Amino acid sequence: MALLDLSDVTVSIGALMPLDRIAFSIEAGEIVGVVGESGSGKSLTAMAVMGLLPLIGGRITSGAVRFADVELNRLPERDYRALRGRRIALISQNPMTSLDPIRRVGQQIDQVSMIHLGLGAQQARLRSVDMMRQLRIPEADVVHGNYPHHLSGGMKQRIVIAMALAADPELIVADEPTTALDVTIQAQIIQIMVEMVRRKNVALMLITHDMGVVAQACDRVVVLYAGRVAETGSVERIFAAPRHPYTKSLIGCIPVEGLAPGGLKGIDGVVPGVANYPTGCRFHPRCSLAQDRCKIEAPLLRTFDEGAAACHLAGDPP
Amino acid sequence: MTVPSSALGRLLRTPRGLGAAIVLAIIVLAAILAPVIAPYDYAAQNLRNANMDPGALHWLGTDEFGRDLFSRIIYGARTSLVIGVTSISISMVCGMALGATAGYFGGAFDRVVTMVVDLSWSFPEILLALILIAILGPGLASTMIAISIAYLAQFTRLTRAQVMALKSETYVEATISLGAGSGHVLFRHLLPNAVTPVIVAGMLATGDAIILEATLGFFGLGAQPPTPSWGAMMSSGTAQIFIAPWIIIFPGLAIAITVIAINLFGDALIDALDIRQRLREG
Amino acid sequence: MSAPLVSMRGLGRTFVNRKGLFGARRSMRAVDDVTLDIPAGKVTGVVGESGCGKSTLARLALRLIEASSGSVTFDGTDIGSLEPAAMRQIRRRMQMVFQDPYSSLDPRYSIADCLLEPFAIQGLMPPARQRAAQVDDLLDMVGLARSVASSFPHQLSGGQKQRVGIARALALKPQFLVLDEPTASLDVSIQAQIIALLERFRDDFGLAYLFISHDLGLVRYFCDQVVVMYLGRIVEVMDRPDARPRHPYSRALLNSTFAPDPAKRRVVTPMAGEIPSPFALPPGCAFAARCPQASALCKAERPTLAESTAGGRIACHHPQD
Repeated sequence: MALLDLSDVTVSIGALMPLDRIAFSIEAGEIVGVVGESGSGKSLTAMAVMGLLPLIGGRITSGAVRFADVELNRLPERDYRALRGRRIALISQNPMTSLDPIRRVGQQIDQVSMIHLGLGAQQARLRSVDMMRQLRIPEADVVHGNYPHHLSGGMKQRIVIAMALAADPELIVADEPTTALDVTIQAQIIQIMVEMVRRKNVALMLITHDMGVVAQACDRVVVLYAGRVAETGSVERIFAAPRHPYTKSLIGCIPVEGLAPGGLKGIDGVVPGVANYPTGCRFHPRCSLAQDRCKIEAPLLRTFDEGAAACHLAGDPP
Repeated sequence: MTVPSSALGRLLRTPRGLGAAIVLAIIVLAAILAPVIAPYDYAAQNLRNANMDPGALHWLGTDEFGRDLFSRIIYGARTSLVIGVTSISISMVCGMALGATAGYFGGAFDRVVTMVVDLSWSFPEILLALILIAILGPGLASTMIAISIAYLAQFTRLTRAQVMALKSETYVEATISLGAGSGHVLFRHLLPNAVTPVIVAGMLATGDAIILEATLGFFGLGAQPPTPSWGAMMSSGTAQIFIAPWIIIFPGLAIAITVIAINLFGDALIDALDIRQRLREG
Repeated sequence: MSAPLVSMRGLGRTFVNRKGLFGARRSMRAVDDVTLDIPAGKVTGVVGESGCGKSTLARLALRLIEASSGSVTFDGTDIGSLEPAAMRQIRRRMQMVFQDPYSSLDPRYSIADCLLEPFAIQGLMPPARQRAAQVDDLLDMVGLARSVASSFPHQLSGGQKQRVGIARALALKPQFLVLDEPTASLDVSIQAQIIALLERFRDDFGLAYLFISHDLGLVRYFCDQVVVMYLGRIVEVMDRPDARPRHPYSRALLNSTFAPDPAKRRVVTPMAGEIPSPFALPPGCAFAARCPQASALCKAERPTLAESTAGGRIACHHPQD
């Protein structure tokens, strides 16, 4: 049974419905990339899994989020709190705001193992410093006593990763963990994250807009567009033979080594906002293959022998 | 300006905004139409009818000289509004000029302006006004000058803060890269974007200025007789307080209603424009 | 080979500030000894991470900030020596497209006003009855609907705003365009649209571009020559976009750019250390603290930018082959 399973999860915020029947699953120890552009709903998906939707006035109106054998969307807040940080951990986009500026970083990692694993202060400290060394933080025992403002962006994000791993979670949800970092630092952080989750057999839901990161780090991919799942599949198949026209075009938007001048084509049109989603398939105004059916009837997410796609025209690759 | 006019529409749809706007409109209209509305000449004395209770002949009664209070209050509205609005307008224009120049060009000029502003900021406006009137002598003109100067610091600070925040906006850089000089940048981009919080602050300051004028008038330092002034009316009414308390009460109420209406309107405008954050920076 | 349109010689810019309220004054060389030629009709890419000075360089190229040292020559004229009136004239020929479409347009101006402003500033305003046509021409050129003219910035998407920014920059028909990370805040599908648009203009109008970016993959696609900067200095100039980088930092940048192809996964070599503070640069090569190839020479003596055996230029004591 999958570790995390979203089945037809629909999220509403007021009168708007920014997520519509999201369905995918993550196995234990798997790295799944949830990729999409702005307005795709990827951050909302993370919040739905973490049970943080009430913070923005949202709620899951139908479908279910199952973690191990617990139905998360029906869980009372008290039980959800016991789960967060212990079995499911969150890494947010901005390390600047994830860390408490007036407490030493080491203490913030220690707290996690003290609260969730019941460790004493000394034991927690040893565990934290060990974790920091594994994350290649130089002079870890000195850095343990630093305040966040002493550290660079890349270092802060490593601390946040350490906090996420401290209680030995089964699943980490990482929401654009490297977007705010420089390119070379981003590459280091992605490398370290992948190494750590493999070593500890932790599942990772990696939310990003960057297909390069997805290709580098993920086992499977979920492509979101305008609040719906466009396609899911293994990373090899998605890049080699994408089924959904959006996935195909999205890959084509990235300048690859050796691309001839003039070869970079965008996708015409704009990403629709939540208030004006098109009828039928939400991608049809921008799709070069759109037919009349696409404008009226929203395609269902169909499973193929490998992966799934929500497109009337998708068939098995030749 | 498209943004503030739509805000005005929003404002008038709230009960607070609409109520305040109606009251203000009545006061302004009464002041403008004073010669038409006032049943009596505000200076006409009739000692036989002195200190009369409010009644059919004199709606709000008479003062110690038999002058009709209703007429005097309506003409007093003129004095208060003219002094309040004129002084604050002058103060705003000068404050914006100083603040924009200091904020945009910085340097020694900015340091001097900031020092002077901070200095005057530390004095209560009433004290500044009293000092200035002591130098200039009492009267309508000196009252207006004194009030203008007393509130100058506020508008200078606010404009300076706005301009300093806005001058690092990308569109300012874009305008400069197109070849614009400082004048174009200041008058076409910075001031128009900075002006909205300043206007609202000006509106609220008008309420303050009316109270300040009344205070000065109470001490006989404001508009001199026979020009009716609510503050002066209250001052002369103190002697009659047990015989004819309405001589103090009615002008006092007039001040209160006017200033409350202005403040409520200003508050509603702040909400409608949603600029609470920008005002705090000033 | 004709003379380059823009020439920078020994260009530098230093910023001073105080450490805290009472600390000693300290200085930082945001741009340090940059010598670079930008040929007409070609795209010169400048790539680097935060603190490398690329944004400062962009502004120095257009004299939006003053240089502390060195010179910028545009079409034979040293722009640093020009009086304001002459500078205003020459600005017609060199324009900038900014990174943030959300703040590059005055929120109170309609799009038509935004597009007419260049003409107003330069005293070239067309007569009233021709203005709408001028605005329409510019909107057509960047692929925006004519109805956009009466809209305001907050009603447009990021991509549309950026198109307006490009149209505004091209309104006076410049020869040189500086683009400061023009697509960094846009979705990747919109980024590709904008790049395609810029390609067309380069070809149609023979424009010279100075294209600033942190995305080496994009720069190698779009640019004819690629300049890599680190902490204010040029470390390598590649005169062909597909050239193999020889500087360890350029290699690290390329290594960090993931290809959208799982078959091309790579192991990211760990890079030790952090970017040093620009206020306290060690002597020698700026990259020495993090460079896997660093030797004692690298830490002591700063390498000069010289001809590279692969064409282009490189500043390194031990270039990789």
